[in-house]
Amino acid sequence: MVRKFIERPDRVPMPQQDPQQRIHNFDEVALGYSHDEARREASRCLQCPRPTCENGCPVGVHIKAFIAALNADDLPRAVALLKERNALPAVCGRVCPQESQCEKTCILARKGQPVAIGRLERYLADWDRALPPEQRNATAHAPKKQCCVAVVGSGPASLACAGELSLRGFKVEVFEALHTAGGVLAYGIPQFRLPKDILADEIDSLRHARVRFRFDELVGRTTTAAEMLAGHYCAVFLGLGAGLPRFMDIPGEAAAGVYSANEYLTRVNLMHAADFPEWDTPIYTGNHVCVVGGGNVAMDAARTARRLGATRVTVAYRRTRAQMPARAEEVEHARDEGIELVELVAPIRVCVTDGRVSGMRVQRMELGEPDASGRRRPVPVSGEDAEYEIDCDTVITAIGTRPNPHISEIAPVERDERGYISTDADGRTSVAGVYAGGDAVTGAATVILAMGAGKRAAAAIDHDMRT
Amino acid sequence: MNNSNNNNNPNRYTILEKTRLSPSVVRMRVYAPRVAAKAAAGQFFLLRAHARGERVPFTFSDWSADAGWIQFVFLVVGKTTAYLADLEVGQAVCNVAGPLGRPTRIAGTGPVIVVGGGVGVAVAYPVARMLAAAGRAVYVISGARTAELLILQDELAALDLAAAPFVTTDDGSAGDRGLVTAPLAQLCAQLSDARAFVVGPAVMMRFAAQTALDAGVPVTASLNPLMVDGTGMCGACRVSIDGATHFACVEGPDFNAARVDWDELAQRQRTYAAAEQLAYQGYRAGDAQRMHDDCSCWERGPGAGTDAVPDAVARTAGGER
Repeated sequence: MVRKFIERPDRVPMPQQDPQQRIHNFDEVALGYSHDEARREASRCLQCPRPTCENGCPVGVHIKAFIAALNADDLPRAVALLKERNALPAVCGRVCPQESQCEKTCILARKGQPVAIGRLERYLADWDRALPPEQRNATAHAPKKQCCVAVVGSGPASLACAGELSLRGFKVEVFEALHTAGGVLAYGIPQFRLPKDILADEIDSLRHARVRFRFDELVGRTTTAAEMLAGHYCAVFLGLGAGLPRFMDIPGEAAAGVYSANEYLTRVNLMHAADFPEWDTPIYTGNHVCVVGGGNVAMDAARTARRLGATRVTVAYRRTRAQMPARAEEVEHARDEGIELVELVAPIRVCVTDGRVSGMRVQRMELGEPDASGRRRPVPVSGEDAEYEIDCDTVITAIGTRPNPHISEIAPVERDERGYISTDADGRTSVAGVYAGGDAVTGAATVILAMGAGKRAAAAIDHDMRT
Repeated sequence: MNNSNNNNNPNRYTILEKTRLSPSVVRMRVYAPRVAAKAAAGQFFLLRAHARGERVPFTFSDWSADAGWIQFVFLVVGKTTAYLADLEVGQAVCNVAGPLGRPTRIAGTGPVIVVGGGVGVAVAYPVARMLAAAGRAVYVISGARTAELLILQDELAALDLAAAPFVTTDDGSAGDRGLVTAPLAQLCAQLSDARAFVVGPAVMMRFAAQTALDAGVPVTASLNPLMVDGTGMCGACRVSIDGATHFACVEGPDFNAARVDWDELAQRQRTYAAAEQLAYQGYRAGDAQRMHDDCSCWERGPGAGTDAVPDAVARTAGGER
């Protein structure tokens, strides 16, 4: 067996937009495989008798089978297999952290070259999207039920829940507070990672499957879960998202030019601030932008700032690159785009001149003993140059979130000590008929984990309605 | 672009009434039954005027749960408000989301002095009405730069107040010449166990609050920072209360005025002053006609939403540049 691994050809590289070109536009960075590239990459799959890759997928995609269909050049079948488990393959093929999921558990990963499952998923989803609607893969629907489920929020957990419910024959109404569907996929993840027309297509396909979207609806204010359950909804799913951005609680943080990553990204992605004044929402485009944090959101903010015209973008992180929660691929993309990483610094003050940001004072750190997360805890170093100032005119904080206080207005669900919604493994909350999933349950996590939770809740709703 | 629309939204946010209270102050009544059904004094809503519009918070000046409308008053200061002022009855805005923020609550049972400055008087009105209906002794002080900008005096006079409304203008063209702080200081001295509620421009709230606090009267201020989503997700509306960060959209808009960092609020409100001027000038210089030609939100209502932007236009302006 081992000999066979060694004979495998290398992973087919993903064509990308050149860094020097892409820092001037918001077009997608990863361009996607051609048919030939996809076939070549699919042929690397060993078709293991027990496909360990599938254990790594939170929604249980039939990876082995869809790759086999792709290998046989039966694309319609490959798409059908993919969509059987994943309502949003074009999104997941782009934003899933495959390297820590399916590709991590691929046998070939032992040689450092797992099958590029995410890229193949994306190839198939894009091939399907390009077909005329009547030829697109129509997923089989269960017999229609009269029961209507209210899904609150329209982010990944909600979309996956709505998609799965519709597959199971439910009517679904999605209640979204903003004017656009998609949640973090719409306001958070930038165009260059997830073009908005792809999201629009995925949402359109849900619309065709008896999912109705209602905008400007702040459940908790316009109505409550109890009112919904007393009305014509048989169940309510809460996919409310991660909540409020955290701030650093350091002096100067209220200055003009300090943004949460959520605000910065929302202005650009949802409100089209890059096209001000054609679009009405402005943004402060700095020359030197400093992003605080080490996750994917920090990378998104940094790369967005670069595209808005910042000549210098610095990511300040309190640990080292090895501990960064951001996907390796995102960190690489950021580096290719000229974004600097300053490791082992903790902000202590935003310097303000005339009400605007003029710099950020940081404390040098070093790695101490491991903390609860298992990562070595950053501790301040002492000494003369333990503090210094990073010269910048914009600061973006991407340091996590805390639960939205709106939750209790929607339903009196039990919450954990952090304030997130408590559920059982299938998404049932403490209130009968009310289910939850995604970041509102776990705290900030990934798109695919939220989707997995949404799907499980849909199955639980289906199960509970029968009993 | 077909993602962001209200295809299935039963609401059409039609303008039912538009009144010019002065050349630059407009009162607008919009059909938004789901918002009106739950509105309370002191709360606000987020409005997006057109398909490329920003999300702007406005505080209710009135509403009717039965008739399904909400009402607000604005001063024309920038592109969004100029655009709104140019809309006519029968046209519509793209989005109205609310009610947002916590309703105004004034502790105790004693008298309340309600102070409104400029268009803030429109927010003071339903607060005064709510308190009077709750049986509190309510005193109202309205302030404006000049008589022309003084609004809702007939409505205020019709309320069951403890005394006739007090009026001040900077130039003395109506009521007493001077600031709201003069009658406020008098009332604070006369009344025992009183509380005050202030709403208006940051600088006016700051000085009014100081006056009442100096007299030992607790003050609630309705803050008006910039917002984007209005649901707590972005943090644009953060204010410092006793040095700690709070989000006005979900924790406010009312805060204990004694603890507010007024300089910071005013500073943050001015963050985009230059950009706002640019957009406003562009609108005045001719974007106005083009926008009203392009955007048919107002024709088809939010039933059309952003779908109303022709695809070609949306693509140039949006992602696919």
